[in-house]
Amino acid sequence: MSSAAGMTHSFDAPGTANAALTGTRPFYWSVRREFWENRYLYIAPLAVAAVTLIGFLIATLGRALSTANLSQRRAILEGPLDFPENLLMGTAMFVGMYYCLEALHGERRDRSILFWKSLPVSDVTTVLSKATIPALLQLISWATTVVLLFVMLVFSSLGAAGSGLSVTDLWRHAALLQGSSILLYHLMTLHTLWHAPFYAWALLVSAWARRAAILWATVPVVAVVLFERIVFHSSHFAYYLLYRLAGPEDYLAGAHADHMNGMLPFHPGTFFSSPGLWGGLLFTAICLVLAIRLRRSRVPL
Amino acid sequence: MACIEARGLRKAFGSTVALDGIDLRVEEGRILGLIGPNGAGKTTALNAILGLIPYEGQLRVLGRDPWTERERLMRDVCFIADVAVLPRWMRVSQALDYVAGVHPRFDRKKAEGLLAKTDIKRESKVRELSKGMVTQLHLALVMAIDARLLVLDEPTLGLDILYRKQFYDSLLNDYFDGNRTIVVTTHQVDEIQNVLTDLMFIDHGRIVFECSMESFESRYAEVKANPERVAAARELKPMHERQALGRTIFLFDGTDRQQLAAIGEVRTPTIADVFVAVLGNHNGPKGGTL
Repeated sequence: MSSAAGMTHSFDAPGTANAALTGTRPFYWSVRREFWENRYLYIAPLAVAAVTLIGFLIATLGRALSTANLSQRRAILEGPLDFPENLLMGTAMFVGMYYCLEALHGERRDRSILFWKSLPVSDVTTVLSKATIPALLQLISWATTVVLLFVMLVFSSLGAAGSGLSVTDLWRHAALLQGSSILLYHLMTLHTLWHAPFYAWALLVSAWARRAAILWATVPVVAVVLFERIVFHSSHFAYYLLYRLAGPEDYLAGAHADHMNGMLPFHPGTFFSSPGLWGGLLFTAICLVLAIRLRRSRVPL
Repeated sequence: MACIEARGLRKAFGSTVALDGIDLRVEEGRILGLIGPNGAGKTTALNAILGLIPYEGQLRVLGRDPWTERERLMRDVCFIADVAVLPRWMRVSQALDYVAGVHPRFDRKKAEGLLAKTDIKRESKVRELSKGMVTQLHLALVMAIDARLLVLDEPTLGLDILYRKQFYDSLLNDYFDGNRTIVVTTHQVDEIQNVLTDLMFIDHGRIVFECSMESFESRYAEVKANPERVAAARELKPMHERQALGRTIFLFDGTDRQQLAAIGEVRTPTIADVFVAVLGNHNGPKGGTL
């Protein structure tokens, strides 16, 4: 922080003031302040990880050590460690949606928008910095998962070593390194790029709604699903939403074949050539442009 | 170059006209008081000047269009919009870091120096500070920015008298240097009477009165008439009269001081007195006298 302050002073030299605002610093500080304000962005994944770890210690480790049968104990210890990443993925999605629904609404509700707008930070920078948060959240979720899996493996190893079972087998079986790379890939593709329209929609609604952003974001969607069902007796929109949630078809088809929690290390070409991805990103871009336009004329509620 | 220049500035919210085509020119180095009743259009005018809302008509602030160039304009303009808009979750140290991080003209040392004169602790959150302290913090942040225009919208609302006095004192002593321009709106008009260089009344979205404080002091006179001279006073066509403690008090515009001295005790009126007289005339049966 002190280095950043030092930079400011050097920028204050006459004639360089214009060069100081050429891009990255307002964006960097805008992102940073989101984490100051919304500490749940990292506390929530950490809390879920802590609860998971305690659960793991009581259930898996406790169960393994209470059985005298060594092969059974081994089966339990080498058993799937896949629930933590599911739990953390769910947490990241939930927290990300909550964040986006609040991001451009809370600042109008508490009038702080007048403070933010009194500084030379454009609406483009503000909205884009907020749109970056769900992606960063995936990285936090990934790092938390990897550390959690590592700690769980360490405990399992202690249990295994104490029982005379092979620790090497345990680690080979868990394939932590491979698993974490697949997880990172999964989070960056499906949870970040493929899901981007959901977060952008939430941001747009939070810039637009005067109150109850969560209702404005969800009720119209539910209404369309119900309308289609009642009038046309079909569920295309509902299936489309599921598709937007689950990813391209190939993604689902091969999912069960994979050992790491159904996350298929499928060929990137398939994913990046999927029309669904680009359609979704186009929708994302439109939502963000509209959110920027709305934010520009927004004053406190 | 004028600091603020508006021609036919108009803003309507639905069928409500908040600004009804105002013309405005504020030169650099002035301290302008924008005075008006609630809903007169003061905040709308300031919001337009600050690029917070779109508008009709022409408006230039420091030579820029505030609506299309807000980000660039905010390097040269600071504002404190009514009360307590600092985010309540923010720590004082974070506020310093953030403003230093995004504002190229922020002098962190100056802000720290100003804060050192207060009881504000660096690790406090804004929500833990009293209203007066939040204002002190905001003022310290703003005064440490080398801006050309400072806009204050009811900056002292809800503060006790000590903080209010201190606010304007430090603004004049530590900030105003004769080159910067300050525009301030407030309901506590008498407190800023000695601060202002220019005065403007706004009502129903129109500017109904404007003059410099110099001409204000030479033009307007308030006379507490001796009881037997009341009729004589009325002959001099006062712009307003009122009763106070059994005496009649007249307000004159441009009447010779020596004539007035013969009627009773003469003094310079407060802004509030002239405000009441001007808006009373403007809105009352004698509408259109201005």
